[in-house]
Amino acid sequence: MSQLSTMPKPRRNVELALLLLALAVGIGANMLVGIDRENAFDSDFWFQSGLLAVAALVFHGVLRFRAKYADPVILPLVVALNGLGLAMIHRLDAPGDDTGNNQLRWTLIAMAVAIGVIWFLKDHRVLRRFTFISLAASALLLILPLVPGITAGEILGARVWIRLGPMTFQPGEVAKITLAIFFAGYLSSNRDLILLAGRKVGPLQFPRFKDMGPMITAWLVSIGVLIFQRDLGSSILFFGLFIVMIYVATSRISWVVIGLALIAGGGFVAAQVFSHVQLRIDGWLNAFTPEVYDRFPGGSRQIIQGLFGMANGGLVGTGLGQGRPDLVPFANSDMIIASLGEELGLIGLFAVVLMYLLLFTRGFRAALGTRDAFGKLLACGLSFAVALQCFVVIGGVTRLIPLTGLTTPFLAAGGSSLLANWIIVGLLLMISHTARGPVDTTPLPPGKGSEAPGIDTPTEAVKHL
Amino acid sequence: MNQAIRHSWVAAIAMFALIFGAISYVQVIGADELKANPWNQRAVLQSFCNDRGAIIVGGSPVAESVDTGSETCAFQRTYPQPEAYAGITGYFSQNFGATGLEQSMGAELAGNSDQLFLDRVGQLFLGNQPKGASVELTIDPEIQELAYSLIPDGQRGSIVVTNPKTGAILAMVSKPSYDPNLVATQDLAAADASMNELIKVPGINLNPNVSGPTGELLAPGSVFKLVGTAAALASGKYNKDSELPNPAELPFEGIEYRLPNYAGGNCYTRDTASFAFALQQSCNTPFASIALDLGRDAIAEQAAKFGFGQDMGDQLKLDYARGSTFPDDLDGPGLAQSVIGQKDVRATPLQVALMTAAIANDGVQMQPNLIKTLRSPDLRVIEEPQPKQLRTSTTPDIANQITEWMVSAVSEGIANRAAVPGVQVAGKTGTAELGNGTNNSWFTGFAPANNPQVGVTIVMEGVDITTGAQLTSPNAKRIFEAVLNK
Repeated sequence: MSQLSTMPKPRRNVELALLLLALAVGIGANMLVGIDRENAFDSDFWFQSGLLAVAALVFHGVLRFRAKYADPVILPLVVALNGLGLAMIHRLDAPGDDTGNNQLRWTLIAMAVAIGVIWFLKDHRVLRRFTFISLAASALLLILPLVPGITAGEILGARVWIRLGPMTFQPGEVAKITLAIFFAGYLSSNRDLILLAGRKVGPLQFPRFKDMGPMITAWLVSIGVLIFQRDLGSSILFFGLFIVMIYVATSRISWVVIGLALIAGGGFVAAQVFSHVQLRIDGWLNAFTPEVYDRFPGGSRQIIQGLFGMANGGLVGTGLGQGRPDLVPFANSDMIIASLGEELGLIGLFAVVLMYLLLFTRGFRAALGTRDAFGKLLACGLSFAVALQCFVVIGGVTRLIPLTGLTTPFLAAGGSSLLANWIIVGLLLMISHTARGPVDTTPLPPGKGSEAPGIDTPTEAVKHL
Repeated sequence: MNQAIRHSWVAAIAMFALIFGAISYVQVIGADELKANPWNQRAVLQSFCNDRGAIIVGGSPVAESVDTGSETCAFQRTYPQPEAYAGITGYFSQNFGATGLEQSMGAELAGNSDQLFLDRVGQLFLGNQPKGASVELTIDPEIQELAYSLIPDGQRGSIVVTNPKTGAILAMVSKPSYDPNLVATQDLAAADASMNELIKVPGINLNPNVSGPTGELLAPGSVFKLVGTAAALASGKYNKDSELPNPAELPFEGIEYRLPNYAGGNCYTRDTASFAFALQQSCNTPFASIALDLGRDAIAEQAAKFGFGQDMGDQLKLDYARGSTFPDDLDGPGLAQSVIGQKDVRATPLQVALMTAAIANDGVQMQPNLIKTLRSPDLRVIEEPQPKQLRTSTTPDIANQITEWMVSAVSEGIANRAAVPGVQVAGKTGTAELGNGTNNSWFTGFAPANNPQVGVTIVMEGVDITTGAQLTSPNAKRIFEAVLNK
């Protein structure tokens, strides 16, 4: 237990230095965009840059106050990604478009909500009390887009939006957080039961059928999203999230096998039965045939134009403002990775992907370090969700896998995605705070579900990555 | 639990490794292929106003960039002899991208190809306007213009003139053609309007992949009998003295259909025919009986050896249709109809020209070639493609035997209007019935027979027998004379 006796270091000054660097990246990119359009350093630029910087510094200040042992790399990474996204969206705005300012508004709202989460929640273990409330919330969020009167209808083939006054919102983005909380709460309470009972077949120990309940639930949720919302990307994301969490809870590879079998089965049936899945797969495999290219909707024009843009960027890119990412449909949202690849080149895009890699790695690091099973599961699940989402999006844009409708975290234009991902950042920061801070031996304030907050696997607490 | 977390992290890292690989592939490894894709307009958009290299024929440009004096768009791509060369140059348009050589030689013309790297560096240091390489074609302008004038306005047709020994294309024209200036103009609205009209013209040579000499797939009619003849001789079952059955009509078991002989010639005069007679008069039933004897695969194999459905090499630099084909799954009547070039046999005019060129060149097919030289902006030759063999289509003996029969088809047979005084001309006509009373009328041949200098392939689409006869063999004669008298 030698680590526990060393003095934990807050590292907030490191964070501040990195944060200034991140702001320099985001604001510098925005400045280059402005120079290219010959309207650099106008009042808008100072206003936007100032707001972003103030928000980031306020966030930093809150961490100093509320979570001083939080991982110092996470916030700067996210600010840099968000800033790059803002610059690219701003760059793609045609005269009169206001997507850039809208994205800035949502960034500020999202950061405020994340600050609120850290400020009021204080300790992530509190969330364990909301295990089944989270399940109910997830169900509600997923059903909302299908409810007449609230739904925004079918947009681009998917029914995932709801209407909130003048705005649209994608509740499914938030549902991935509530689902992660539910899975983490349920699995951390029931893992012993799931672990001990079951039949052994060869090297694999299979669970009892009744312990498969949550897995079946997750599978049904995923398939339901696929069928009723026609959202292949979210379906993959939810199920991937669940498989990882149950694997981490049980350390049993058999769960992964069962999960992959269920995915393969569901995916195969979906590919046979649902035309929107068929179109996605056909648009991926036969992207370069003229009928598929020109088909609307579900054609491959979008992905192929994105590939052309990335090829045009090559190794070093055309430079911000110098390429033609505007030729690609949805250049500032679904295809923003292609836009960045074109203008920043392979080198710039690698840097962006590396930032994601560092981000989820710090999340996994928090999962390793925190001492409670709930926190481990939650941090691991959320980190993996971010990684999987990046994989599905970037893999889709580069034609590694079929293109689906997921958003690129922090980069793509869209408020719901920003909000959800900033909340994830808030949660990861809080979990990393407990992971890196001195051992908290004070019990949680009494309340429902507050049992077993502390050290359930003491030997693992001293292991390091 | 921590071990499982580490494993999950490894899984996430593995996904990211795939992403890094995919990005590298798209942006670097496979980027050239994506940049060359005809749907990719970025190169056009970025260099639309730049000074591109010229496409040159016989010393004068058929596509060049002209200084507009404008600040916003300094150069306008211009086509001085638009219609006659449209099928080769294609267009270079901001709205519609590039086609033809403008597309396939785009990197060279824009000055972006690897061979021009040093020139690019020089331009960078001297501060000169970027300028691309110029491309000089194998086309002979006199022959090209003659060939273009030989297709009457309003008539659909193609003419391909080659040098069978080198594969060089001396002329390649088709009608209806168009004026590329209309779609290359900087007046984008006008370009849009023009394109909307052009795409309504049936058979227009806008896309070398689907129309014109390289793209239009046509029933070849009796010129396909050259394939049957080569297959028969190659099988060893037939030789130059074989007597073939020549009934006026070939019946088939169980159906009413009968395959008749060609009504226009003298086929009806004999019950059996030599190869020489059958080819001279273009009798159908002898070839049908050969095909029924040898089977579908033997004919298809010989067709492939002549290039049907095969690659045309990398020297043509134009998109072309790969659909020239001898069909699968043929029953007896279908096979009999196919071997005389009817039913579902299809060939582009260029494919027929390549077949004839192989016969002319002792059975060796040369790669079709359009590019004579590629010159840097300072006129230094940076590439000069040499003649390359494409494949061996048949043996020299068989090629010479077929040549002999093709000579007699011109000197004594129904291709006699292609005869040039004092020169041995080898030729074969074809008439593919389209089922609506009109035909595709073909001529393919070469001269002089013993030392071929020029191959000519002509097709006129949708004509009656008389018009077809007037527009094919006599026109071939004029092209032979024009080339040989140079």
